[in-house]
Amino acid sequence: MELIVYIRCFKGIVLREALRFVHQKERFFSALVRPLVWLGIFAAGFRSVLGVAIIPPYETYIPYEVYIAPGLIAMIQLFNGMQSSLSMVYDREMGSMKTMLVSPIPRWFLLISKLLAGVFVSILQVYAFLIIASFWDIIPPISGYFTILPALIISGLMLGSLGMFLSSAIKQLENFAGVMNFVIFPMFFASSALYPLWKIEETSEWLYYVCFYNPFTYAVESIRFSLYSQINIEYTIGILVFTFIFLFLSILGYDPARGNLQKKGGK
Amino acid sequence: MTVALEIKNVSHKFGEFTALDDVSLNINSGDFTVLLGLNGAGKTTLYSLITRLYNNNSGSIQIYGFDVREDSVNALKNIGVVFQQPTLDLDLSVRENLQYHSSLHGISSLDANKRIDNEIVRIKLEDKIKNKIRSLSGGQRRRVEIARSLLHKPKLLLLDEPTVGLDIGSRQMILNHVKTLCKKNNLAVLWATHLIDEIDKGEKVIIIDKGKVLESGDVSKVIKKTKTKNIRDAFNKLVGIK
Repeated sequence: MELIVYIRCFKGIVLREALRFVHQKERFFSALVRPLVWLGIFAAGFRSVLGVAIIPPYETYIPYEVYIAPGLIAMIQLFNGMQSSLSMVYDREMGSMKTMLVSPIPRWFLLISKLLAGVFVSILQVYAFLIIASFWDIIPPISGYFTILPALIISGLMLGSLGMFLSSAIKQLENFAGVMNFVIFPMFFASSALYPLWKIEETSEWLYYVCFYNPFTYAVESIRFSLYSQINIEYTIGILVFTFIFLFLSILGYDPARGNLQKKGGK
Repeated sequence: MTVALEIKNVSHKFGEFTALDDVSLNINSGDFTVLLGLNGAGKTTLYSLITRLYNNNSGSIQIYGFDVREDSVNALKNIGVVFQQPTLDLDLSVRENLQYHSSLHGISSLDANKRIDNEIVRIKLEDKIKNKIRSLSGGQRRRVEIARSLLHKPKLLLLDEPTVGLDIGSRQMILNHVKTLCKKNNLAVLWATHLIDEIDKGEKVIIIDKGKVLESGDVSKVIKKTKTKNIRDAFNKLVGIK
């Protein structure tokens, strides 16, 4: 199959996702309000309780709002990834997923295109958040606005592919609500999004290991370092490994020969 | 005559439940073939296997000579599908839905728009092209789905109970439209239904029940073979309805 066919297909899938995004303005605003509530209320209340020592990539003492900003950016992507997969469960229940899957273009390409389309939407949300966050004095170096982009693409892919894998494994929309509770909240709270890992280690060693091996921590820390135009090799390798694993599982989940679709009788 | 769809000895199970049991059938180009069976007979499972939503673990399915497992790219290129469930994006317009489908088949925007304009005239919905799908009636949505299934110029059209839930007028219109397409474009059509009145004399029928093909061939041949007066009686006799 010619390259141009793949390009047209990719363009079409991204365009559809963008159109859906434009048509669903509430989704955009709720995606923005969520981190802003954390920033404006939670962070304001906790800044006096929690002191954050100087840790890389920061070179000085920072207010709590600045510390949790990368975690909130990752939260936007986490919710977006789960929402995309929620729409996949909906699409599958409603049947529109089938129209994509019966395309002659290889399924792995269709799924990755759909993932990237979701990542594109999440990046728009993140930049909108960064603009508003500047009113809270969360202002990274100018270069940070550019260097964050690769980290956003990878973390978006990782969280999106995790959502896609879950969507392939879930039978019905109703079951998805439960998974959201069991995935989103534990991932978010047991990570370095709200408190640094060393602080968790002081409190509980086992919780520290849970947080340390939580893929979401790798997304948060990659974003944190890239926002200050730095790279942390350990977290970068970690996030790439997790992305690869989740991507592999999600493609497997939608593979007609081995996947979850036919085990469920197509429901 | 070219064989459009050839299914040989296909069985399929969901756990212990046998959805299809050694199914074999042939459809030629230009044939309008009705796959007749009650709900749960295995029609949708068969469609899912032909379109490779599921993998066939036994037997073979060939579309114009291309095996769906071995060469799914070429096999799927030749198929247009209208699924039992509505599959349009309700929040997008008619044109946006059709453009999305075209891109999934790698058709350029210019070419896609030309084809969309042609198909939309054929289904007589020119004035609705900018409307969101949500605002269309059930019959209009089905017509858009049929137009969509033809955009990439397939040679085999699969329709899974396309008239369920529609009023008599819409049903007749869609049925006539597809039968005309079949004749004019030499399109092979497999039309799954449980509505016996959708079958005309001179057409081909495949009667399926509990995953097994009970009888297939020209309507007149099936009537004769079952020693009944019409296709309704033949069907009732074969599936054991009294």
